[in-house]
Amino acid sequence: MTRVQILFRRLESTLVIAEHTNEKLFPVTLNAVTAANKIGGDVACLVAGTKVAPVVEALSKVPGIKKILVAENEAFHGFLPEALTPLVLATQKQFNFTHILAGATAFGKALLPRIAAKLDVSPISDVIAIKSSNTFVRPIYAGNALLTLKSRDAVKVLTVRGTNFEAAALDGGNAARENVPSADSSQNLSQFVGQELSKSDRPELTSAKIVISGGRGMKNGENFKLLYDLAEKLGAAVGASRAAVDAGFVPNDMQVGQTGKIVAPELYIAVGISGAIQHLAGMKDSKTIVAINKDPEAPIFQVADFGLVADLFKAIPELTAKL
Amino acid sequence: MALRVLVGCKRVIDYAVRIRVKPDKTGVVTDGIKHSMNPFDEIAVEEAVRMKEKKIASEVIAVSCGPMQSQETLRTALAMGVDRGIHVDVSGKDYELLQPIHVSKILAKIAQEEKCDIILLGKQAIDDDSNQTAQMTASLLNWPQATYASKIEKTNGELQVLREIDGGLETVRVKIPAVISADLRLNEPRYATLPNIMKAKKKPIKKVTPGDLGVETDPRIEILSVEDPPERQAGIKVEDVDTLIAKLKEVGRI
Repeated sequence: MTRVQILFRRLESTLVIAEHTNEKLFPVTLNAVTAANKIGGDVACLVAGTKVAPVVEALSKVPGIKKILVAENEAFHGFLPEALTPLVLATQKQFNFTHILAGATAFGKALLPRIAAKLDVSPISDVIAIKSSNTFVRPIYAGNALLTLKSRDAVKVLTVRGTNFEAAALDGGNAARENVPSADSSQNLSQFVGQELSKSDRPELTSAKIVISGGRGMKNGENFKLLYDLAEKLGAAVGASRAAVDAGFVPNDMQVGQTGKIVAPELYIAVGISGAIQHLAGMKDSKTIVAINKDPEAPIFQVADFGLVADLFKAIPELTAKL
Repeated sequence: MALRVLVGCKRVIDYAVRIRVKPDKTGVVTDGIKHSMNPFDEIAVEEAVRMKEKKIASEVIAVSCGPMQSQETLRTALAMGVDRGIHVDVSGKDYELLQPIHVSKILAKIAQEEKCDIILLGKQAIDDDSNQTAQMTASLLNWPQATYASKIEKTNGELQVLREIDGGLETVRVKIPAVISADLRLNEPRYATLPNIMKAKKKPIKKVTPGDLGVETDPRIEILSVEDPPERQAGIKVEDVDTLIAKLKEVGRI
């Protein structure tokens, strides 16, 4: 690096918007911190919520974060973008960050473009690699092409794909805490009514080391029990293709694909999934892919490291029994 | 109060087409390739038309930004039951570099000019996969946003929206005017029938330019390259479950 480049790197400063439930930090924030550190310069983390002490405590130990900006307000109940946007803008006004980042989750994707529009900048979604402070790589066309782009905007607003950046460590850091400038976050545009979260004892889909997914070939929702039994043995998360979700076998939040969740586990086992482009978009960066399908022509076999042409109703119980 | 609904529809390469990257790495091949309406926008159009059928909406206007062929996409929307179309003509280099920020400014301006109360958009376009336009349009108008909607109900002056989020579902209430983005599960779009396709030919499409609307489409990004993703090594087929287990142990995955 030349001295000029080093000088420039020092001028960068990134704000990571933490995603959490008030009690718990979402792991994707740790991946976003790693991405922020690749940009260079100081990294600050904004924690906004109704009661954020546990999250601030956890984040203050994360190495790579210099400062934690804390904003507690009842208005942040439900983490509505209408309430959070004025807060981020006020924070930006005071600190003049060059980059504003969040994980590319339902939360980050809903919030960051709203902030970007107010700053009159073009946000960059689902970044998978950071080449320099203004050059980023992102997938387009369901991951069938990779776009490398240079942003011309003064402030870069990015969502980053968690699976492409290591999670930052959870200890060793010592970040300072500071309350953010007050912003008028009271708003009457929107109101949070409630949530129905799917309850599961299984690991969270996007960060699980092993994922087992079922498709149309599962035939019904009850048969997913076969996958849960196998998942139990392997400590795996269970996902699904769009076909399985549309058929009502499993809830929507289990969908893996272009418009569902993006996963990149060490092992992905696709069961009764044909392997449509849209599904591959969500899992083809998995380290090892196994396909179990009775159709030898299924496109999933073209990306599978190990393919087993077999009836899943025989193969899965056998696999579960033998592990 | 009957509402006016603005619905956005983008012409994209058909979802079933396997795309090809141009040899000079400047983009993907689009000439002579089958295009259709972005699937999420079909869902948005369907929802807008249902709002009209339920007498929630008095008029539905569809907008598409892009080259001349975008009018075909608008005709599809008209055949599904939209009342009239607005084609915002953007082509060539300007279209290649047209980003959601530009489209949001265009939509926000049209929504104001046409006095719309609800803007319905797809949650993302399957070509650029940005998932930004609805949020940015809401921001520019300072309207509330309800993204990834899988159910929309109208109550007094408000919309109650069921949203698909990472861990399940969430319900929010937004004041009208509002911007909503449609998720896959919102509805099942109808097929346009032949008589409706014929009728759609008579419905008006107004052509405007971003300049007419006072919107600048200055480039915000520079495309450095568009490349194929790394190809996966061809795998092997295994005989039986025992071999599969052995192979997975060999590579240390289980």
